[in-house]
Amino acid sequence: MDKNLFEYLLRLGDDSLILGHRLSEWCGHGPILEEDIALTNIALDLIGQTNSILEYAGKVEGAGRNADSLAFLRFDKDYKNCLLVEQPNGDFGVTILRQFFFDAYRVPLFTMLQNSSDEQLAAIAEKSLKETRYHLKHSSEWVIRLGDGTDESHARIQSALDDLWRYTDELFFSDEVDADLKARNIIPDTADVKVEWQKTVQSVLEEATLTIPANNWKFEGGRKGLHSEHLGYILAELQFMQRAYPNMEW
Amino acid sequence: MVTEQEIWKYLTEVPDPEIPVLSVVDLGVVRKVDLSEDKIRVTITPTYSGCPAMKRMEDDIVDKLKEKGFSDVVVDLVLSPAWTTDWITEEARIKLREYGIAPPENEPDKSVLFADPIIVPCPKCGSSNTRMVSQFGSTACKAHYQCNDCLEPFDYFKCLR
Repeated sequence: MDKNLFEYLLRLGDDSLILGHRLSEWCGHGPILEEDIALTNIALDLIGQTNSILEYAGKVEGAGRNADSLAFLRFDKDYKNCLLVEQPNGDFGVTILRQFFFDAYRVPLFTMLQNSSDEQLAAIAEKSLKETRYHLKHSSEWVIRLGDGTDESHARIQSALDDLWRYTDELFFSDEVDADLKARNIIPDTADVKVEWQKTVQSVLEEATLTIPANNWKFEGGRKGLHSEHLGYILAELQFMQRAYPNMEW
Repeated sequence: MVTEQEIWKYLTEVPDPEIPVLSVVDLGVVRKVDLSEDKIRVTITPTYSGCPAMKRMEDDIVDKLKEKGFSDVVVDLVLSPAWTTDWITEEARIKLREYGIAPPENEPDKSVLFADPIIVPCPKCGSSNTRMVSQFGSTACKAHYQCNDCLEPFDYFKCLR
């Protein structure tokens, strides 16, 4: 088995799995009908991407696991998503800013992954990129609207920024797994993705009249399976049916 | 002996479960038909990663070909090259418009940030004076628009490239 590729696919797939689940919590609670539909549509895309990624991870592992068993039947420390995506939805500003940071990362990542020497990963990136562009357009426009909106909306999204900023560095976490895959031209250089991310984030936050917090304290751990307490609650809900009724289908 | 062409013809009888006015062939999701021995292999590609209609299309293709007397049918799902709205046939665009859904404009949303929404003519009255209500509509592939002249709300099949 290609252990590093498997590990990388878990990181990639768990990001969209957990964020997709978070967004699905908005179903029926959106601030307006259109946003309810938008957030759940994006959730659906993310879960679809997860399905392709984890299905492939199962094949790479070669131990008989598929997307379902990987999504529903691992323990918390085996999930490799970044901490950003598991943070609670908060108000609409928190959800949108979290989404924006994530979309601004996935667009350049998928763009570069299209050139992966791994054919299946390149195919997944090519497919996912097209829909992720729509997600980024949606989230960035909302960040601007809220930041440059009323005093109330500005204050709320600024407070979201003050809180979430410390989770953004982890998007560019890089260890021996990345180094090995980079050397084999399977993934791009994380630093290159970061440059693109910074460009997008800078221009949008500026337009939104928002200020990046001075506090530079950064959190990480998710890529190594060390999560915030929030993941446990997500998994309790996500896994309940399969744990309570093993192998159930509908 | 059945030919590939005949199979393609049967597939035009399989409707898209969410936009039944189109067949899976019109939509451009059928990539390939392979005949070997007694087996028929149909290759399809998803429109959006999470499109819940894909499984249904797969089952409907198998059912349709069974109904035509072919028992050994395999449907493969491939991701690359990724589906784009350019694969929607010309005929299908006319059908969409008649059905009340604005077909994709040949204008991709290339500039991700700060681009104006593209102009989508109203499928009812033809006016170009329309506005985007939401980039996300009743299904993953559609956006929600409204005509400022006849006031008709309508779906727009988003351009995906």
